[in-house]
Parts: sequence; structure tokens; C-alpha cells
Amino acid sequence: MKTLKTSLIAGAIAFATFGAHAADPVRIGLVLPMTGPFAAYGKQISNGVKLYLATKGDTFGGRKVEIIVKDDSPGTAGDVSKRLSQELVVKDKVDILAGFGLTPAAFASAPVATEARKPMVVMNAATSAITTKSNYIVRSSHTLPQDTAPIASWAAKNKIRKVFTLVADFGPGHDAEGQFKKTFTAAGGEIVGEVRSPVKNPDFAPFLQKIKDTRPDAVFLFLPPGAETIAFMKGFTERGLGQAGIKLIATGDLPDEDILDAMGDSALGLTTSFHYSEAHKSPENKAYTEAYYKAYPKDRPNYMSVAGYDGMHLIAEVLKKTNGNTDGDKFVEAAKGMSWVSPRGKISIDPATRDIVQTVYIRKTEKLAGKLQNVEFDQVADFKDPGKQ
Amino acid sequence: MTTTTLAGFDPAPLQRQARWQHAEYAFWLLPAAAYFAFGDQLALLSQIAITALFALSLDLILGYAGIVSLGHAAFFGMGAYTAGLMATHGWNEPLAGLAGAAVIAALAGFVTSFLVLRGSDLTRLMVTLGVALMLFELANKLTSITGGVDGLQGIEMKPILGQFAFDLYGKTAFIYATLVLFVLFWLARRIVHSPFGLGLRGIHLNMARMPALGTPVNARLVGIYTVGAAYAGIAGALLTQTTQFVSIDVLSFPRSAELLLILVLGGTGSLYGALIGTVVFMTAHHLLSGINPQYWQFWLGALLVLVVLFARDGVMGGLRALARRLPGAAK
Repeated sequence: MKTLKTSLIAGAIAFATFGAHAADPVRIGLVLPMTGPFAAYGKQISNGVKLYLATKGDTFGGRKVEIIVKDDSPGTAGDVSKRLSQELVVKDKVDILAGFGLTPAAFASAPVATEARKPMVVMNAATSAITTKSNYIVRSSHTLPQDTAPIASWAAKNKIRKVFTLVADFGPGHDAEGQFKKTFTAAGGEIVGEVRSPVKNPDFAPFLQKIKDTRPDAVFLFLPPGAETIAFMKGFTERGLGQAGIKLIATGDLPDEDILDAMGDSALGLTTSFHYSEAHKSPENKAYTEAYYKAYPKDRPNYMSVAGYDGMHLIAEVLKKTNGNTDGDKFVEAAKGMSWVSPRGKISIDPATRDIVQTVYIRKTEKLAGKLQNVEFDQVADFKDPGKQ
Repeated sequence: MTTTTLAGFDPAPLQRQARWQHAEYAFWLLPAAAYFAFGDQLALLSQIAITALFALSLDLILGYAGIVSLGHAAFFGMGAYTAGLMATHGWNEPLAGLAGAAVIAALAGFVTSFLVLRGSDLTRLMVTLGVALMLFELANKLTSITGGVDGLQGIEMKPILGQFAFDLYGKTAFIYATLVLFVLFWLARRIVHSPFGLGLRGIHLNMARMPALGTPVNARLVGIYTVGAAYAGIAGALLTQTTQFVSIDVLSFPRSAELLLILVLGGTGSLYGALIGTVVFMTAHHLLSGINPQYWQFWLGALLVLVVLFARDGVMGGLRALARRLPGAAK
């Protein structure tokens, strides 16, 4: 009896260890806001992820890919995001954590990645410091300082001397404000006013009036994309700030493709700096946008879906290199220095910071074939996150 | 029986009510069973225990004293930030954090209770909502202290009593949260069956009459509101300590509103209603959002409507109605 039992156990163990090899699928857990105020983030990122699997195949390094999506709505509640990351690791046994729409989600989940030694691919959250919170974090999206510095140097070069800054009062907003101020004043510009508005705001009327009274050459704006941005743009036009000769400059998440149509013509003439535009001219982007419209005819491809798409590409390439091994240390080692041509242009992972290096473009919002688009006219190539220097 | 000094007053039914019943002992075996049955879901289970404590705190003031509140998250959030700030400033022994959170939240509860007492139900809704909104915006604005929307980071907790460290699987967190919940539940049960608690129920039933019986109505209400606030503060502190993060969401209106839903779902004024409501709500939330991450709220809404239609007084009310129908049910 005893021998039977022992051999059964031995058999089970042998089966278990055998089962853990090659045939096992790679499980990727996505923590994303799928409902609530930031549902658009989750939708776009998961669109990008699914599009990659549909167009490039769902076998990475010889292992089938399995995606598990967890809704961390509202997206700003770190405790919820952290619990879901924990659950993905402990219960769903994922090999890789990915997604993370907003900064608090990424900050709160970072210790889970560290403790579980799982790679964590950040597909949106853009506060500079995120990659410093765990050695297992790799970012496929962008950082705010990275997108901000180029517009500041562009402004200084283009006869904009006095700038009023208005940013949302949270990590990315502070990053944007600090970086803009640093780059712009170093280039000889002057900041004539600063406002930090609450993130879940409100009414921009008093701010707009104050800006109008200050008469700057331009307003530098950073708000999380969504209803607030639309409200601000409408107010900017209605109160005649544009007519008073005040330019509006921003990072490109302001006229993001997902909300550009809702902003309407008030977005025309806006100058922004950003790493991705639907109108980017390259064969990779053409193929990407065509595939996107075929899969999601009702949505427009934007930077979030591209970050989801590139995040999956990064995972696919790393697993190819490691032969399907998802061990945290090996994964990160393989990801360092990796470079490829994404729909947004050439990008790479900085071996020193595990953050993304990419070209940042200066664009003007124009109407192309009856559709609002961000048309690129200048660029800063291979730009690292200045927030960490 | 010599204690019966009032003619015609028989305290026996009240004493019977205060005694622990078999079903209650069985109920408290459930967390232990859950620990072994769902060992890979402990993070969720500890959040259920924490939310149950939070719901219990609202039940004390709403279910027993009849004070409606749409801003109970104010105390939850205060507790959460207190525990978080204590930890980031080097005072990271968990039990000390709980005590600190309880004191701060109780203080806030005591002070605001005077505002809450001034008026009828509708006014109370507005006042509680207003207090919570003010705190929310304060936390939103004071980013240098609270971290604002980014959340309060860098919280590291010492092992509980220097022995039990928090782990990735959430074992310590679950046992810790459940024990705190049990102790505070036991205390709450004592409170509601004490003369103080009976007085509260009298106030709930007929506020105009209680002064005639010599009950100091306002003092009782201030008392229970303060206790409720302290309970909510402890729940908030538990959340901070088990997740080692405080997001501004702890003070948000949805958290208060969801809590009210949970309590109505479970049934007010029975203590167990708060616990059962939390278990049902959070399990449904978890399962539904797992099945359909995008549109799960539809099904959650449907569940709530069904419960309200077919089980008056929530799940507890439904259970009681069921128990009455069973043949040979004890009275």
C-alpha cells in the first residue's frame, strides 16, 4: 500500500515538473481600468494587445500566450490595483504582469513585481519615477518629461518668450510642469504664471480668465486626456484666448486621437510634442492603422493602443531570446537594450533605466481629408527620459 | 431574578437575545474554512474582512441609531491616511497604527457629530456628504503630505507584534484583518445589547419619546457616532497596512455610496447583515468582473434590484423570512 502511495506521489511530481515545461502557456495578466472614468485607457490598451496577438500570432518563444484581464476601475485606487496584481500572481499564476493605465496603479503594484520576481510591463502610466520602483519594471509607453522637453525647446526657438503653465495636480502633471520650466527657462524663456488644477476637476473658467489677464505668448497645458481636456479647449476658444494671440502648446495626449473628434475644430492650430500620431508616415504605421481599423472600426488608434501593441512585441521578442523563459531577472536582462521599429518609429529600451527611448515629434493639429489629425513637422530623435538625468 | 426591580419588567428576552447562538458560532468558523478553501484568494478575503468592518461601523450608526450617512468614507480615509502617515514617519508597528487611526477618526467623529445632529435625515445626508467631500479635496490639494492622486507611497510595516510579517500570499494580512474584525464585532455586539444600545434602538424607533424616558438623546447619538467613526478609522488603517499604499480613493464618494449599498443589501440593524452584505457584494463584484471585465456593473445592478424586490430588509431579512417558514423553526 505504502509503495503504491509513494509511486503515485512520485508520478504526480514527475508529471507536474514535466507539465511545467515547453507546452505550458505563457500567462500574461493585464491590470487595466476597463470601466469607470478611465475605461477608454483599458479599451485602447487591450485593443493594442489583442491586435498584436491577432496579426503577429499568439505563440511567443514556443509557448502559447494566454491573456487574463483584470478591471482595476477606477484606475486611481492603488489598493484595488495592487490586490489584483497580487491575485494574478498568487491565484492565476501569471508569468508576466502588464497594463497599468494610471500612475497610482503602477506605483502600488511595483512591490508585487519585486516580491514575486515577475516582469512588469508598464503600458501607459507615465510618471518618470515608475521604473525606479522595481527592478522588474520595463516601460513600453512614454514618460511625461520625455514628451514635454521637446515642446519647451521648440517654443523657445519659435519666438515664444512668456509662458503660462497649467497642469493637473498629480505626478505626471508635476513632471510635465517641472520639465517644461527647466527646459524653457534654460533656453531663455520666462514663466509668467503657474496653476495646478485638481485632477478630477471642474470648472476652468477662473483659470482661463486669469490667463487672459496675464497675456502670455502661450499657455503650456497638461491634463489627463478625457472630459477635462475637451472642457478646457472649448473654454479656450469661447473666451477668445486664441483671438487674443495666445498660443496653446501641450504634450500630445491633449489632442489624443481617442478624443480628438469630440474636441472638434477648437483643436485646430494646437502645437504639441508627442511620440505617436495616427498620421505618422511610415510603412509600419500604415500597416498598423489599417489592421486597427479593420479590427475596431469604431475606434481610432492612439498612443495607448500602440503602447499595448509594442508591449506585446517586447514580450514576444524577449521570450524568443530566452526560449520562453519568463524568469524576472532573465526577462529584464534580455529586454535591456532591445530595439525595434514600432508604428511610432524606431524605439529601444534604455539598458540603464529600463525605460523607453524614442523619437519625439512636434505636430500641428490639422484637418486631413475631413479628419482631425496631428501632423508631424519636426522631431527630436532617440530621446531619453530627461526626468531621470 | 432578584435583579428585577421594576414591576412587570422581565429582562429574560433581552438576555436571551444577547446570548451567542449556535448559528453565530458556525458563522465565525467560515473565515477559518475560507482560509483553507481559498488559500490563493487571501488578498481578496482580507479586503472582504476590512470592508465588512467598515460596513459594521455604518450599521452601528445607521442600523441602530438611524443616522443616515453618505460620507462615511471620511472616517475610513482618515484612518487610512493616519496609519499611512504614521508608517512613513517611522512609526510602523501595525497595532500602534490601528490605535492612532482609531483615535484620530474618533476625534473627527466626535467633532462632526454635533453638525450631524442638527437636522433631519436629508440634512444629515448633505452634511455627511459635505464633510467627506471637503476631506477628499483637502487630500487632493495637500499633495506634499498625502501624495494626492498618486497615492501615499513608501509605507513599510513592521511585523505584527514583531513576529508576523506581511507576505505576498496575504496570509498574515488575512488573519490579522479577520482577528481585528472579530474582536471589534464582539465589542459591537456587547454595545448594541447594552442599555446604551437599547437606548439607541429606542431613539431610532421614536426619537420624540425617548427624552420622556430619561434618555439623553443627543449624548447617545454623539457617543455612537464617535464609536462608528473609530471603527471606520480602524478599517481604513487595516486597508493601508495590508496593501501598504493609500490612494485618495479611500475618501471618495463612491466608497461611501457603495458601503450604503452593501449595508442595504445585507440588511441594516443586525450586525450580521453588514458582514453578509459585504461577502455577497464583494464576491459578486469579483466573480462578475472576472467573467466580463467591461460590462459587469450591469449584472451587479441586476443583482441589487433582485435582492431589494424579493428579499425585504436585505439578505438578512430574506434569511429570517425563510427561517420563519421552515417547519419547527425556533422562535
